[in-house]
Amino acid sequence: MPLSNKHLLGLQGIPKEDIQLILDTTKTFREVLDRPIKKVPTLQGKTVVNLFFENSTRTRISFELAEKRLSADAVNFSVSTSSVSKGETFKDTIRNIEAMKVDMVVARHSAAGTPLFLTQICDASIINAGDGIHEHPTQALLDMYSIKEKLGKIEGLKVCIVGDIAHSRVALSNIYGLITMGAKVSVCGPSTMIPRYIQDLGVDVIYNIDEAIQENDVLNVLRIQLERKAREYFPSIREYAKFFGITEERLEKNGKDILILHPGPINRGVELSSSVADGLNQIILQQVTNGVAVRMAVLYLLGTMN
Amino acid sequence: MKIILKNVNIINPEQGLKESKTNILLGNGKIVKIGELTSDDVKGEKKEFDLSGKYVVPGFFDMHVHLREPGREDEETVITGCQSAAQGGFTGLACMPNTEPAIDSAEVVSLIKKQAKDQLTDVFIIGAATLGRKGEIISPMAELRESGVVGFSDDGVAIKTASILKRAMEYSGMYNLPIIEHCEDETLAGGAMNEGINSTKLGLPPVPSVAEELIVGRDILMAEYTNGKIHIAHISTKKSVEMVRQAKKSGIKVTAEVTPHHFSLTDDYIKTYDTNYKMNPPLRTKADVDEVIKGLKDGTIDCIASDHAPHSPEEKEVEFEFAPNGIIGLETQIGLALTELYHKKVLSLEQIIEKMVINPRKILNIPVPKIQTGEIANLTILDPDEVWTVDLDNFKSKSRNSPFNKRLLTGRALGVINKGKIHFNGEYFSF
Repeated sequence: MPLSNKHLLGLQGIPKEDIQLILDTTKTFREVLDRPIKKVPTLQGKTVVNLFFENSTRTRISFELAEKRLSADAVNFSVSTSSVSKGETFKDTIRNIEAMKVDMVVARHSAAGTPLFLTQICDASIINAGDGIHEHPTQALLDMYSIKEKLGKIEGLKVCIVGDIAHSRVALSNIYGLITMGAKVSVCGPSTMIPRYIQDLGVDVIYNIDEAIQENDVLNVLRIQLERKAREYFPSIREYAKFFGITEERLEKNGKDILILHPGPINRGVELSSSVADGLNQIILQQVTNGVAVRMAVLYLLGTMN
Repeated sequence: MKIILKNVNIINPEQGLKESKTNILLGNGKIVKIGELTSDDVKGEKKEFDLSGKYVVPGFFDMHVHLREPGREDEETVITGCQSAAQGGFTGLACMPNTEPAIDSAEVVSLIKKQAKDQLTDVFIIGAATLGRKGEIISPMAELRESGVVGFSDDGVAIKTASILKRAMEYSGMYNLPIIEHCEDETLAGGAMNEGINSTKLGLPPVPSVAEELIVGRDILMAEYTNGKIHIAHISTKKSVEMVRQAKKSGIKVTAEVTPHHFSLTDDYIKTYDTNYKMNPPLRTKADVDEVIKGLKDGTIDCIASDHAPHSPEEKEVEFEFAPNGIIGLETQIGLALTELYHKKVLSLEQIIEKMVINPRKILNIPVPKIQTGEIANLTILDPDEVWTVDLDNFKSKSRNSPFNKRLLTGRALGVINKGKIHFNGEYFSF
């Protein structure tokens, strides 16, 4: 059974069957990654362009590796959006790429909606690798895969996304995906970092991190992007760490086993204390490996549709 | 040459005029006779139009137009803007001062006037309220007025500080000219769409409705304090309408306009990141649209104005966040008003005329054209029932940024008459 759409622009409105198929396929590729020879010929002869209008070494390398493991021809195309005529650069670049007869485009852009824009001007399958503060579907898929790997299921679990929800593309994709897969989703963070109408998406809002720890099976802790504007949304790093940081004492006080995910890289002493971060090293690295497998699954499913 | 408009209905609420199935004889740019025409009346070179079932009303007036000249003649010029206005049914318009350079000197005013001289549509000019629209020093308002400016605005932004606003209102008050405000708090501005569930879903940076309301509130208070005239441009939120309603009850000299897109569209339309739905103020929610319509009905909102804002395709066909704000509106405005307000029984034809003919002129102290023997013929010919499809390819505007392409509308201006010129159904001639 193929996916219902030739693009992966986000997890909003994606049917449960599609997500299930991607997660099942991920499992197969995850096994490939444990073999001595980690390469399969599945996408031989297909060309994939990694079109990055915004710097992201981790996501790009993860996609690139996934493409190479599938034997696709991978090309990296990095363009700075800081040039004056942003719009022209974008459209002109797309026209160039279209002329190169590529099969798939993996796109990362600082502006929301650009993957959809791409589908309108280009024939290739488009995979969203993060658009502005909108969606980052493969990150959410790998988070879901990691949850399933650790806890055996997603349905019925209580998952809380912690941190800067308003400026996160990971949060929105996680919310859509997890709700579709039957999880109960909440968000926790300072009110200035929580979108005003987020409850309309069917999530609960928690302002107390202890309550978030007590009531959930999984915490997906987002990185506080200290280098971005987000820094203006709370009084100080100290205050953030004190009231929203996850520390060993907090976990012990609430006395329960809870799965903590983090998309990395961690700000030690901010969203996670150093000791909690150390304890999590293993799963965070597993998330990275799972990321390659999830991206292989998505590339494979979209690349073999026709 | 004589022009004969036969079997027309005439309406002008300003004169208390309402006649059906009558005739109008025009000559030398003027109204020569209304009523039964004798064979003597119609003798000689003439052109006759049978307008059974159509309406002749005083020329429509759009008080919020961006002509882009000087500065962005690639997007619109005074001449193409006037042609677009005539095509859309307008015999008069007021153009906004956010040009390059801004309209803050008599020289720029005379440049625009010179360009507009031979056009059917009369161009009135709104001067910048502050030098360069920077919000630091008030513009030479007296000199601008002397050169023909009819109001002041820093449109595109609100007048930057309360202290400059106070000065601008006091100074323009000497001449009884209005300050027209684009109401948006600078520190909350900069988002790409209205803050709401849709901005969250689309991941677009939001601008909250309170950004508009803060300045509406500030301006109303300042109008009361200075006893000046404030006009709220493109009002768009529920709370703004409520504040204006309340202020009017208290006798404060505040007026307001709304654009057709703010009474006919909501932010639900932005689903596909189509930049033709990006404007400032942004499209709001259904609750806001409902209140705007209520405000039109109860008279809180005085006028309908297009905020005609031409942009080149290169500028508009980009990522939503990077696209400039605004859409063109001159050629869809009457159709949208008739479709959404007249045919949906929100406003009568008389009320439409009040909001698109009479009130904008009154706010700017411009005489309302009369339909009466001896007067200059300044008229719009209206067919409120014609069903037509918007086709951007036929637009006279130089730009194409409209979200209304292919929309089915009921009601249209068939033609305009002014300054001894007629533009009727694609035909263009003088008499």
